[in-house]
Amino acid sequence: MSKQYETVIGLEVHVELATKTKIFCSCSTEFGGAPNSHTCPVCTGMPGSLPVLNRQVVEYAAAVGLATNCTITQNCKFDRKNYFYPDNPQNYQISQLYYPICRNGYVEVDTPAGPKKIGIHEIHMEEDAGKLIHDEWEDCSLVDFNRSGVPLIEIVSEPDMRNADEVIAYLEKLRLIIQYLGASDCKLQEGSMRADVNLSVREAGSDKLGTRTEMKNLNSFKAIAHAIEGERERQIELLEMGRPVIQETRRWDDNKEASHAMRSKEDAQDYRYFPEPDLVPIIISDEWLAAIRARQPELRTEKLIRYKKDFDIPDYDAQIITSAKKMADIFEATTAICGKPKKVSNWLMVETMRLMKEHDMEADDLTFSPENLAKLIELAEAGTVNSSVAKEVFEKIFLEDIDPDKYVEEHGLKTVNDEGALRSTVEQVIADNPQSVEDYRNGKEKALGFLVGQTMKAMKGKANPGMVNQILKELL
Amino acid sequence: MANIISDETIEYVGILAKLELSSEEKEQAKKDMGNMLDYIDMLNQLDTEGVEPMSHVFPVHNVFREDVVTNGDGHEKTLANAPARKEDAFKVPKTVE
Amino acid sequence: MNLMSLTAVELGKKIKAGEVTAVDAAKAALEQIKKLDGEYNCYVTVDEEAALREAEEVQKRIDAGELTGPLAGVPVAVKDNMCTEGTLTTCSSKILYNFRPTYTAEAVLNLKKAGAVVIGKTNMDEFAMGSTTETSHFGPTKNPWNPEHVPGGSSGGSCAAVAAEECAFALGSDTGGSIRQPSSFCGVTGIKPTYGTVSRYGLIAYGSSLDQIGPVCKDVTDCATVLEAIASYDPKDSTSVKRESYDFTSALVDNVKGLRIGIPRDYLGEGLDPEVREHILAAAKTLEEKGAVIEEFDLSLVEYAIPAYYVIASAEASSNLARFDGVKYGYRTQEYTGLHNMYKKSRSEGFGPEVKRRIMLGSFVLSSGYYDAYYLKALRTKALIKQAFDRAFAKYDVILGPAAPTTAPKLGESLSDPIKMYLGDIYTISVNLAGLPGISVPCGTDKNGLPIGLQLIGDCFQEHNIIRAAYAYEQTRAYERCAAAKAQD
Repeated sequence: MSKQYETVIGLEVHVELATKTKIFCSCSTEFGGAPNSHTCPVCTGMPGSLPVLNRQVVEYAAAVGLATNCTITQNCKFDRKNYFYPDNPQNYQISQLYYPICRNGYVEVDTPAGPKKIGIHEIHMEEDAGKLIHDEWEDCSLVDFNRSGVPLIEIVSEPDMRNADEVIAYLEKLRLIIQYLGASDCKLQEGSMRADVNLSVREAGSDKLGTRTEMKNLNSFKAIAHAIEGERERQIELLEMGRPVIQETRRWDDNKEASHAMRSKEDAQDYRYFPEPDLVPIIISDEWLAAIRARQPELRTEKLIRYKKDFDIPDYDAQIITSAKKMADIFEATTAICGKPKKVSNWLMVETMRLMKEHDMEADDLTFSPENLAKLIELAEAGTVNSSVAKEVFEKIFLEDIDPDKYVEEHGLKTVNDEGALRSTVEQVIADNPQSVEDYRNGKEKALGFLVGQTMKAMKGKANPGMVNQILKELL
Repeated sequence: MANIISDETIEYVGILAKLELSSEEKEQAKKDMGNMLDYIDMLNQLDTEGVEPMSHVFPVHNVFREDVVTNGDGHEKTLANAPARKEDAFKVPKTVE
Repeated sequence: MNLMSLTAVELGKKIKAGEVTAVDAAKAALEQIKKLDGEYNCYVTVDEEAALREAEEVQKRIDAGELTGPLAGVPVAVKDNMCTEGTLTTCSSKILYNFRPTYTAEAVLNLKKAGAVVIGKTNMDEFAMGSTTETSHFGPTKNPWNPEHVPGGSSGGSCAAVAAEECAFALGSDTGGSIRQPSSFCGVTGIKPTYGTVSRYGLIAYGSSLDQIGPVCKDVTDCATVLEAIASYDPKDSTSVKRESYDFTSALVDNVKGLRIGIPRDYLGEGLDPEVREHILAAAKTLEEKGAVIEEFDLSLVEYAIPAYYVIASAEASSNLARFDGVKYGYRTQEYTGLHNMYKKSRSEGFGPEVKRRIMLGSFVLSSGYYDAYYLKALRTKALIKQAFDRAFAKYDVILGPAAPTTAPKLGESLSDPIKMYLGDIYTISVNLAGLPGISVPCGTDKNGLPIGLQLIGDCFQEHNIIRAAYAYEQTRAYERCAAAKAQD
């Protein structure tokens, strides 16, 4: 008889903060750039260089802590984590072990069994490592320190999750909160959000934790889900065979859909943490904390309430629009310009969603400006363009962020309101479609639609549909 | 001598510190470290109960930089002393995880 | 006249007056180096061309009236653990044998702003680990008073260069006594300022929480003048302290009336050479005669400073020196198989025995299972030592004692027994742990003609008190030049 197992999962989530400069020097954090172009003595570990902390890192870290119900450590410090690796220029990483900036928080996620609190053990600040590139031509690796010193926060959860769905719900919740705070863009693919999965299994009903492994290199929700399933099965298999699970770090290989142990005997995992002597303690006074709290932007729950109250848009629409910060930003900015929240909501809910799906995009990838959407709404409202032209123009805005006023002008897309021109076209359509005319006269209402369509077609879609209707009825 | 440093300890510390000692050096290191730790054990005579460990002597705190980019392209300086370089990157033995 | 026999301030005055030029001064220093450094080995690097070029530039700016300070045009030697852009900076280690920094240490920049001309980089114990300058990869420096003896360390090259008049003054660094002890052995004056007074930016770290740059000079006036030039609040060094005042020369007054001076009985006991003791007490007597109030007291905890220091300094060093791995700069072994082998061989071939000893010890005391017993215990001990000094400074303005228990030992005598060598730092080390300022001034010679140093310790940020006391004491005796220097007149 096979036993029942429970999976116990905790997450270590690294998030790159959206600062302009690195955590300890004034080099740019901009992505890309020629190798080692965003470097200086500090972020390359030159002898004699010293770190100076970027204030914004503390602000962002504390803001995330507040938004995740953490207690802020008002006297916090940095420590050195010692290990040798070529992407780690000093061969120690400046991090926090003894006094991390945030502790004891939680976020609430929705699960099929209802809302669940996932505990946050701590959040600490640290520096990112550089990049090791494996040379394709020679048997060597290359080091680029452009990412070295980019500020990170590491959010360490309690082992409160039991399956991949909960893990993904937790990550989505964190991502949403952090994006709303503007503290990071949290893109898994680009590595600005990275999740390491700590997983162990135990017999159902046991309250003792099993030996856990840590899984790294998970670059998508899909990879996370697969890695969790794979690691659960691997551990259960070991246990069933009576073999122990070894506490180790494993690396997920997305192509092979399998993981392997990462460290060799040359990496005793003994990081010899000690207080960083080159940095002084950070004291976050009550006043400073209150100021951070006051600057905290509106989070999703608050937005939902406000959208219903101020804009009177349906609950479902508000949920969708606020599900990504970027979408909510576009909604609010466009509404502020045109003052028509329901119209804006419609454009986002229908056409924007359709095009995103068609182009396999996420809200963060949206590039069109609220100004151009607002202009389009005005054009449609004023009857300057009809609805099918508006859709066509929107696609242009969506893809290329064109100015709809100019575009409509240049492409001659304005609705034709000239009664003479319309009347002669309608007369021609009636003459060309005697069968439909007869059908309509015999009471087939649908035939009118066909004739309207034919007229629109003849007018290349630019006719004012109301006027076409009216003229048709009159002539028939 | 209270502190007997084993071969394993020397081996382990060598891995941590990335030092490869010859067998004579290992013997010497065992002796030196043992002697030094015996000497350091003198601290145990001192009652430090309730004393807060002091890492910084002065109560200086909250030293920050503002988040403004002032450094430009540093790659030539960064690579100026590289023992091995390939184009604009440091070259190291092949390293796979 | 022999320009090199002058103090830095005297030479600066002559340059300012137009009697000599910065180029004359640089040439005189370079000449002296040619004559004497073959024997004493004070320098690791002397870049004659660069020094003369710099001297010419400085002279132009003096002529243009842009440089008017007391150090304009004066030749200085810089310890080889301070980065100098484009000039080799080796820490006297094979692992940095070819390292040319791309930036200059803030303290050196401050000197350059004052118009001082860097003549060369001085020899030291490898990575400042040692008390004799014998652990240098480039061979030991010898004491100009007697080349059979060591100059002390780790700033032995700087102190010997000042004594041998191979520069007008020098910069050293002090982690556990590395300015004061060699100053004492070489018969020159050196100050270790309050932690945070001189920027550490560009100083290649040994023990970050203890390291401090300071001046090494012929006399107290020079020391105060140089300290005034190098001390600054530096936003690039987070441990830099914004002081209320960076004026040190106003303390150069010959008046110690009412100054309360305490002599720790613990500094006069076992291990102290009787001749040294005699000279120290005589110096105290002199100060008493000038109106200071002298009292003996028990400082306590003195013997615990050394073990606490070696735990903290070695732990920090094991981490600070991890960056020397053959990837970014410095020495990389010729043959290796794979990354870890490259690391291990580069480091094992690049570091000398004393450095490896401290890296091993430091890695061990931080390793899993030992952190609390060793590292935290040492930090607690440090807290107690600081408290003991706080109590003392509630009663005294200055603490007086020897800089070292003996005069300079012979070459080759110290390295065989590390713990014995470490004990030589017993009077200087606790000053670093507590972040205090200390000065060593010459107070005579022993029967072998080797100099003895008097150490004066102040409370943090109270350099004024020790400068004043040292200056007043110095007025009672002439600066004694070593025979080798005198022979060049």
